[in-house]
Amino acid sequence: MTDEIRQIISDHGRLPIDVSTLEVDADLYRSGMTSHASVNVMLALEDHFDVEFPDRMLKRSVFESIAAIEGALVELQSETALP
Amino acid sequence: MAVRVGIDLVSVESVRESIRDHGDRYLNRIYTETELHDCRTAQGLVPERLAARFAAKEAVLKVLRPTDEAIPFHTMGVIRHGPGWVELELSGRAAALAADAGLGDLTLSIAHENGYASAIVIAESGLRNRPNDPMLNP
Repeated sequence: MTDEIRQIISDHGRLPIDVSTLEVDADLYRSGMTSHASVNVMLALEDHFDVEFPDRMLKRSVFESIAAIEGALVELQSETALP
Repeated sequence: MAVRVGIDLVSVESVRESIRDHGDRYLNRIYTETELHDCRTAQGLVPERLAARFAAKEAVLKVLRPTDEAIPFHTMGVIRHGPGWVELELSGRAAALAADAGLGDLTLSIAHENGYASAIVIAESGLRNRPNDPMLNP
């Protein structure tokens, strides 16, 4: 999942640096991701992982690092898997 | 008088990319029906206008100063008036945060030029800390 997230950030995050060099806990906003780009990342993540980020997750901390995004996706997928 | 100021700058090209890549999902997730109406001409949606409205929402957040709290984009709406000036309409959590912070009306101005759109929001702050002000407590 980490590599897929990294690729989506590379494709949609408009970061001015090589995303492959980022640590999983590196701050994406401090690395140059704008708020508008984070929306594109969110929508691309939804497409790729077939989830939808609810309003409660539309906050900075959810998208501030690869690790944070992965945590949110795992949470969403576990909710989806519930009977 | 204390004020809070928020400013933001958005690339128009990034908005074009969002429309191209995500279409209605992007538009409906971010913008209110009023905003989409105001950004549409006979030729279609105007990315410069959308970018200005996104900048306005981000400028509002800088004024509201939420502490890692989810503030849906739809709760920060831009309303365009005939000759071209704009106003903000807050609802839901955004309106509640503004009230909690004792903010007065949020004043907005937007502009776009040469591939970028910008917005600035100004609000008087600390109004609820002036209980004896007759202007605030008529």
